Amino acid sequence: MGVEVLVVRVMTVMAATVGGLGVAAYAMAWALIPATPDSTRSGRRPGAWRQAPLIVLTVAALFAGIHLAGSHVGEGLWPLVLGVCGMALLWRPAVAESDALDGGRPTLREYLNRPARVGAPRLIAGGLFVAFGSAALLHAVGVQHSLGKAIWAVAIIGLVVGLVVGPWVVRLGSSLSFERAARIREQERAEVAAHLHDSVLQTLALIQKRAGDPREVAGLARRQERELRSWLLKRPGEPEQDSAAVALERAAAEVEELHGVPIEVVTVGDAPLSGGLEAVVQAAREAMTNAAKFAGSERVDLYAEVEDDRVEVFVRDRGVGFDLEAIPADRRGVRDSIIARMERHHGRATVKSRPGEGTEVELVMERSDA
Amino acid sequence: MTSKPARDAGGAPVDKPRVVIVDDHHLFRSGVRAELGEELVVVGDAGSVEQAVAVIGEKRPDVVLLDVHMPDGGGVEVIARVCEECPEVRFLALSVSDAAEDVIAVIRAGARGYVTKTISGAELAEAVRQVAGGDAVFSPRLAGFVLDAFAQGAGASDAGAQEHLADDRDLDQLTPREREVLRHIARGYMYKEVAQTLGISVKTVEAHVSAVLRKLQLSSRHELSRWAVQRRLVSLDGP
Repeated sequence: MGVEVLVVRVMTVMAATVGGLGVAAYAMAWALIPATPDSTRSGRRPGAWRQAPLIVLTVAALFAGIHLAGSHVGEGLWPLVLGVCGMALLWRPAVAESDALDGGRPTLREYLNRPARVGAPRLIAGGLFVAFGSAALLHAVGVQHSLGKAIWAVAIIGLVVGLVVGPWVVRLGSSLSFERAARIREQERAEVAAHLHDSVLQTLALIQKRAGDPREVAGLARRQERELRSWLLKRPGEPEQDSAAVALERAAAEVEELHGVPIEVVTVGDAPLSGGLEAVVQAAREAMTNAAKFAGSERVDLYAEVEDDRVEVFVRDRGVGFDLEAIPADRRGVRDSIIARMERHHGRATVKSRPGEGTEVELVMERSDA
Repeated sequence: MTSKPARDAGGAPVDKPRVVIVDDHHLFRSGVRAELGEELVVVGDAGSVEQAVAVIGEKRPDVVLLDVHMPDGGGVEVIARVCEECPEVRFLALSVSDAAEDVIAVIRAGARGYVTKTISGAELAEAVRQVAGGDAVFSPRLAGFVLDAFAQGAGASDAGAQEHLADDRDLDQLTPREREVLRHIARGYMYKEVAQTLGISVKTVEAHVSAVLRKLQLSSRHELSRWAVQRRLVSLDGP
């Protein structure tokens, strides 16, 4: 609200001693101005902040009682004030903690549309205030002798109006909730449509353009498949935290995209990505790159098993294979990026390969971080 | 299901198995027909559970290529309804879905293997021949799912283990050898290569894989259909 809550309250109490209209104004303001997140975050307990007005109102009610008993000054005013205070209590929906946590201040419209869950104590207090205020007002105006008849008249009229309007109100309510459900469905449909448009339709357009290049088309289709699959399997609200399995999948997808060789990734178990696992993923990526680039294999298999105390990754191709001893010393890929990297992190890498029989790189690391 | 091994012993590998393709995508059915026409005899196809049950009942194929995902119940429903009438028909699950729970559900219903739809025509024909000959076909991915399922079961269910009788335990755990075989399959090894590496015969590898399949289908403790859901939770919150 921008103004310190305490200041407002002090001013209101002062105003209340003068008129009493101040109390009414404060009560209405309390009912209609939602508590800003600031006011709940300022260190005071939310409970205390909500209890305070109740106390103020009770004190005001006491004053009102004294006034009514003692003097006849402003006879019509105090009952009004009481009534308004009661209304305020009834109108103000219970502000659940969750609402305050939502952050962002709700607009008045949203605020009024909120389901009015009124707490029982406040309901009773508000009801008593209103009843007492009305009775006092009637007393002041001097019509209480015909009160009985009036109540009957009001009750009958109320019943008739209720019968006439009731079904319509109920229908309105149900059609509103139906509309809301339809709107939610529509939103979800729009989201799916948007995603399909950005991904699948774009890819299909690309595929049509590149129809002459089967390798390219297969790559496009596979990339799209991966993307769509991960979108379908993604759980809403899942934290974007990287795990070893996710990182391996991503590395495989990148290598596949760069070199156009399909990589089949199978993982068993998983763990959040740590420094050591990061190194394993990097080494695996290097092994996949080598396999995709040099082996001439139809496909590459990656198998990773992440256990609590140990992680193992196998990258296998059925390509030309090579003689490890025959690699020139200046070709650093295998030695630096795979073997040395694993050893730096207290792991080991074994390369099994024979010309003509493909290659398998085995990465093993004990997990100290678990 | 338990009577199958006896039947398998008699049934020599079939050269040209008769196949029915069940898939709700017309394009896919005709694609597989064209690819397999050379190597296998495609005797019929079906696009829905009702059609599938009717066609399989009429043609009595050796192998049914079965899509995991279909409207009105999917592969599990087809297997459940056909198994009563023609228990000699074997199923090979075929799917684009990699969701573990779907795959495991079809295997538990009675399919003898699982391959993805991206498999090449030659590999698919070979897989069909294996299934027709009574073997189980484990793709690397299925091997991974199974290892994961049994690993989770062993690690997370000490409390559950006490409720079960000792003779159930055999079904709830893989032997070290079975685990080793599965790991090699997950690494992309063919049965033949697994046999070479481990120094055993191909027949022994096939026996291990069939044993794993049997455990997968008969094991009750894992409640494997629920396992997949748990698996995601565990991998998210785990150490």
